[in-house]
Amino acid sequence: MNLFLLKRFATFIATLIGTSLVVFLVLEVLPGDPALVMLGPDANEDAVAALRDKLGLNQPAVTRYLEWIGGLVTGSFGQSYSYGVSTGELIVERLWVTVPLALMAMLMTVVIALPLGIHAASKHNKAGDVVVMGVSQLGIAIPNFWFGILLILFFAVQLGWASAGGFPGWDEGVLDGISALFLPAIALALVQAAILARFTRSAVLDVLREDFVRTARAKGLTRRAALWGHAVRNALIPVVTIMGLQFSNLLAGTVVIENVFQLPGLGRLVFQAIANRDVPVVRDAVVILAAKVVIINFVVDLLYAWIDPRLKAHDV
Amino acid sequence: MTVAATPSAAPGFAARALRHPSFVAGAVLTGLIVLMALVSYVWTPHPPLEMTVSQRLKPPSEAWWLGTDAFGRDVASLIMAGARNSILVGVVAVGIGMTAGVAFGLYASAKRGWTEEIVMRLSDFVFAFPAILSAVMLTALAGAGTANSIIAIGIFNVPVFARITRAAANSVWAREFVLAARAAGKGGFRITVEHVLPNIVSILVVQATIQFAIAILAEAALSYLGLGTRPPDPSWGRMLNEAQAHIFRSPTLAVFPGIAIALSVLGLNLLGDGLRDLIDPRLARKR
Amino acid sequence: MPLLEVENLTVTLATNRGPGDAVRNVAFALDRGETLGLVGESGCGKSITALALMSLLPERARIAGSIRLDGRELTTLGEDQLCGLRGDRMAMIFQEPMTSLNPVQTIGRQVAEPLILHKGMTRAAARERALDLLDRVGLPNPAARLDQFPHQLSGGQRQRVMIAMALACDPDLLIADEPTTALDVTIQGQILDLILDLVEERGMALLLISHDLGVIAETTQRMMVMYGGSVVEAGPTAEVFARMAHPYTRGLFAARPKLGPATETPLATIAGVVPELADLPPGCPFANRCPLMIPPCNDGLPPPLPMGPDHISRCIRARELVASA
Ligand SMILES: Nc1ncnc2c1ncn2[C@@H]1O[C@H](COP(=O)(O)OP(=O)(O)OP(=O)(O)O)[C@@H](O)[C@H]1O
Ligand SMILES: [Mg+2]
Repeated sequence: MNLFLLKRFATFIATLIGTSLVVFLVLEVLPGDPALVMLGPDANEDAVAALRDKLGLNQPAVTRYLEWIGGLVTGSFGQSYSYGVSTGELIVERLWVTVPLALMAMLMTVVIALPLGIHAASKHNKAGDVVVMGVSQLGIAIPNFWFGILLILFFAVQLGWASAGGFPGWDEGVLDGISALFLPAIALALVQAAILARFTRSAVLDVLREDFVRTARAKGLTRRAALWGHAVRNALIPVVTIMGLQFSNLLAGTVVIENVFQLPGLGRLVFQAIANRDVPVVRDAVVILAAKVVIINFVVDLLYAWIDPRLKAHDV
Repeated sequence: MTVAATPSAAPGFAARALRHPSFVAGAVLTGLIVLMALVSYVWTPHPPLEMTVSQRLKPPSEAWWLGTDAFGRDVASLIMAGARNSILVGVVAVGIGMTAGVAFGLYASAKRGWTEEIVMRLSDFVFAFPAILSAVMLTALAGAGTANSIIAIGIFNVPVFARITRAAANSVWAREFVLAARAAGKGGFRITVEHVLPNIVSILVVQATIQFAIAILAEAALSYLGLGTRPPDPSWGRMLNEAQAHIFRSPTLAVFPGIAIALSVLGLNLLGDGLRDLIDPRLARKR
Repeated sequence: MPLLEVENLTVTLATNRGPGDAVRNVAFALDRGETLGLVGESGCGKSITALALMSLLPERARIAGSIRLDGRELTTLGEDQLCGLRGDRMAMIFQEPMTSLNPVQTIGRQVAEPLILHKGMTRAAARERALDLLDRVGLPNPAARLDQFPHQLSGGQRQRVMIAMALACDPDLLIADEPTTALDVTIQGQILDLILDLVEERGMALLLISHDLGVIAETTQRMMVMYGGSVVEAGPTAEVFARMAHPYTRGLFAARPKLGPATETPLATIAGVVPELADLPPGCPFANRCPLMIPPCNDGLPPPLPMGPDHISRCIRARELVASA
C-alpha cells in the first residue's frame, strides 16, 4: 500500500511540474504584455516600463519561474494584476461555485445514466433498449451550452420560473444558491448522462455474457436477480473510470456553461484572466485544475479497489 | 467525404451498408449538411451578410424562413453559410490531428521500447487535461480566429489518434504475415507502409468520423465564447452567442443554429457507429 | 418412472450464417443413482445439450422435443418455476472454474446464495451450512475461505467451490460439464473421485460430460457418444467399449492420448474437422470424415440400430463394423 501511495505521489508531483512548465512557457511565448494590457494601448512607454519593473517582468524567465514555484510550495500565492487580491483567495472563492456545480451535475449524471444504461442492457435489442439508445444518441449530439440556452428559454423566458443566469452567492441562503446552479447542472448533466448511459449499457452487456452470470442463473436466480446481484457490480469497474474522467472534465471544463449562465466559477475566472493577461491568476488556476484532475484519478483508483477485491492483493 | 470508397470495400460491403439503418441515416444527414454547405456557395435565400436594418429580429415568415437576427440578416442563409465554417474547421483540425497522431502512433509501434513509452506518456499528459478548457486557453492566449481554433482543436486530436494507431498497429505487428515479412528482411518503415497502415485504415476512418463530430462541437463552443471564427464570417456557435442577448425579444434565434449543430453531430456519430458495425464483423472473421 | 426423460430433443441456434441445429433428435433417460457419460469432440453440442436441460440456452435459441424431470415437462414450464428448480432440484458444474465464480463476491456468499434462495435460510444459517459444504468438498481451511475471493484460490480449489455450490440444496440431478478439463492431471482424478463419492452418498443422478474417453470409462455406468449434435452411439459403458459400433467412437478411441512414456508413433487423429453448425449435412454428420462412407450415408440421419441390450448405433454399417473387428 505504501508503494502504491508513493507511486501516486510521484505521478502527482510530475504532473504538477509538467503542467506548471507548460503553462509558464505558453504564457511566456505567446504575445500580450500584461503591463500594456493593464494600462491600455495608449499608455506612455515610461509608465509601461515602470509597471513591468514593479511586476518583476524584467527578471530572467528562470528566476521568475522558480520564484513562482517557490511561492506555491510555501503557500504564498501571487497577487492578481487585475483584482488586486491574492490569487489563492480568488481561486478559492470561485471554487465555491465550480465544485458544487460539478458535484450537482455529476450526481444528476449518475442518477440518470446508471439506471437507464442497466435497464437498456437488461432489455437488449428490445423496445426499452432501442429507446434509450436513440435518446442518448440525440443527447450526445446536443451541445451542452445550447441545451443551457434552451433551458433558459423555457424556464426563464417562457415560464418565468428561474432567472436567466447569475449567482446570488451562498450568503443569500443555500437554497437560493442551489437553485441558481440547478439549470446549469442539468445542462451539463444531459450530454454526460447520454455518454455514461451508453457506456454503462455496453459494460453491463459484456458482463452479462460472462460465465459467472450463467453460474448465478444455474443456482436459480432470475434474470433480474442475476443482473443486480452479480452483473452490476462487475460492470461498475469500467464505468467508474469514465465517471472519473467525466468528473474531472466537469471540474475544469465548465467554462462554457459558466458563460451561458453568467456564473462566477473557476472556468470563467481563467477565461477572463487570460483576456486581461492576468498571468498570476492564469498560472495558479491552471496548476490547481491539474492538481484536481490528478486527485480525482487517485480517488477513482481507491474506488476501484473498493469495488474489485482483486486489486487490493496486487497493491500490497 | 467519400465513405463508400474507403478500403472497407469488401465484397457485399455496399449491400450490407445500405441495409444498415444507422449508417444510412448518418450518411443521409451528413450528406445533407455537406450539400447545404456546397449550395451556399452558389445560392442562399438572401445574401448571408446582407443587413436589412428595417427587418431586425423578425420571426420566421415566408420572406425570412427562419427569421432575421439583430442586424437584420437572414438566419436561414447564415446557417447555410455557417455549415462551410464547421466543415472547414472539422476537416482541417481532424486532418492535422490524424496525420500527426498516426505518424506518432506508427513510429511508437515500430520502435517499441522507450520511444513508445515516451509517446504514450506525452499523450497521457495532453489527455489528462479537459480538452475544451485547453482549447479555450490556447485560443484566448493566441487570439481568436479560425486558424487558431483549428490548431487548438487539432492538437487535442493528436493523442487520440496516436493511442488508437499504436494499439491497432501493435496487434498487426503480432500477426503472422508481418512476422513473415520481417523474416524476409523487410525494414520497419517498409512493413509499416506496406502491411501495418493498410490494415488499420478502417479503424482510423471510423475514429475520424467521430472526431469530426467532436471537432464541430468544440468549434461551436469556441465560437460561442467569441474565440473562434471572427465576424462577419458566419458561424453557428457565434450565432448562438448573439442570440442569447436577444433571447427575450426573439427566442427562435437561439433555436435554429443549435439544431444545425446537433444534426451535423448526430449524422456523423450515426455514420461512425454504422461504419464500426459494418467493419467489425469483418475483422472478427479474420481472427 | 425415470428421474429425467429426454425425447427428440432438438436445439436450433442462431449463428452468423443462419440457423443451425446444435442438438439433433437426442433421446435418453436417467434415473437416480445412475451415472451417464456424454462424450464427443469440441463443438459437437455437449454443452448445449446440458444447457437445454437447465433451460439456460443462449438467446434466440429454439428448442423442440421434450425434457421431463420427475414427469414434469420443462420445455413449456414458466421462467419462475424453472428458477425454482434450478439450483434446487437440478444443478450444474461448469467447464471453466476460473471464470465461473463471481470475482467480486466472497466464496461464502456465493455458496450460501442457493440456500437462502431455495431453502429460505437466514444469512447466518446459510453461512454455517456453506462452511460444512466447503469442508465436505475438501477445501483446505474452509473457515478462512468463506471470506476470501475467487482470485485467492487455485483452479482446483475453485472447482471444489463450484461443486459445493451445486450440491448446496441436495439436487436430484447433477450435470457436470467437463468439470476437470481446465485442471492439472493430478487434480483431475481427485475432483472426479469427489464428484462420484458425493453422487453415491446422496443418490443423485449424474450426467458427466467429457471429451476424454478414459474419464467416461472410469466413472460412468452408461454412456452416449455425440457427434454433430446427434448421439451416434449409446449404451452401457462396458458394452460400448467392448463392441464399439460406430466409426466415430472407434476414431475417438484410437485418437485418445495414452499415459506412460511417450512413444515414437505420433498420436493418431481423426482426419477432417467438426463441421460448422450451418454446414451440417442432412445425412450422417460424420460421413465426410468417415473411412466407411458409402452413398446411402448421405440420405438422411441414420436411425438408431439396436446392437445389443440397451446398445444403439446410428451407423448403417454398424453390423459390418462389429463383425469385422
Ligand atoms: N451462443 C451460441 N451461438 C451460436 N452458436 C453456438 C453458441 N454456443 C455454441 N454454439 C455452437 O454450437 C455447437 C455446439 O457447441 P457446444 O458448446 O455444445 O460444444 P461442446 O461439445 O460443449 O464443445 P467443448 O468441448 O468445446 O465445450 C458448436 O458448433 C458451437 O459453435
Ligand atoms: Mg462445452
